[in-house]
Amino acid sequence: MKIFIFPANSLILSDLVERFGHQPLVIMKEIRKRVTDPGLDSPPLNMTPDEAKKGLKYAAIEIPSGVRGRMSLMDPLVEQAEAAIIVEDADYMFGCMGCARTNELVKYVVRSKGIPILELKYPKNENEAKNFVLFVKEFLDKLGVPEPEKKPELMPEPKQEVKR
Amino acid sequence: MAEETITKMVVISDTELPSDVVISAYKVSSDVTIKETCYGLMLTGKRAEVDRVVDAVRKLSPTKVFVKERGFPPGDERRCRANRGGGPRPGFHQLKNELDLLPDIGKGLVLVERGSKPVSLPEEKGLPVDAFKRVIDEEAPNRRTSRS
Repeated sequence: MKIFIFPANSLILSDLVERFGHQPLVIMKEIRKRVTDPGLDSPPLNMTPDEAKKGLKYAAIEIPSGVRGRMSLMDPLVEQAEAAIIVEDADYMFGCMGCARTNELVKYVVRSKGIPILELKYPKNENEAKNFVLFVKEFLDKLGVPEPEKKPELMPEPKQEVKR
Repeated sequence: MAEETITKMVVISDTELPSDVVISAYKVSSDVTIKETCYGLMLTGKRAEVDRVVDAVRKLSPTKVFVKERGFPPGDERRCRANRGGGPRPGFHQLKNELDLLPDIGKGLVLVERGSKPVSLPEEKGLPVDAFKRVIDEEAPNRRTSRS
């Protein structure tokens, strides 16, 4: 299953989700699409004015374009999400008001999507970290065993009759 | 459509050394560009090849090797410290913050292997005001004014 993780760039969460057999939806994939494109619409990160327009899907025109631009970056992740793990109070999640409001909005959008969500607090010590891993494992197990990608079945070649 | 080129960061926690891990990574595939860094490795190449190396490296010590994808290619001028005039690169502080927690996460993974179940821990409560006042009186008896 595709699991939305929050913080969307977390090493620990993306590793745990991948390790337990699911696919993490991380923001790095979206960043990569933009920064490795051959075209340079708006260097250095190729965030174009169109992104702010795409963000109108989630926020009104009065909302700052920074929030809408960030939402357009998160949009593919939110759209694909089949389940989510939201971790609150991560130390490194502080930032400007644009980041803070986008974080609020992303969490709201994911929660209102009606998908299974695990909400945890960021671990601060050893016991919390151990518990954190166990909770993630339990949640991902409940989601079910991910189906392996179906590969096209190889048909046996028809036997050719050899005429002698 | 050609297969996409990706970069993955292999972060090593605890006692493992990047120089040991990088040798094992080189043995697996020659189609992946490997960069050794202070926290581990950066692998760049086609997704299938990178995943193959990641699986092999993970098998070395499953509880000490952590992997995440990276958006920028290694040495990218927008991120690399070489062109930035020194200082940590953007994103380093987050990595450092999580790196400190990885040994504890590794212990959690050991518990997962043992089949443990999560327990609800008591929530941390703030220091009661009376106890806090007592601490102030003990540490700095003359600092409290009559108003307090």
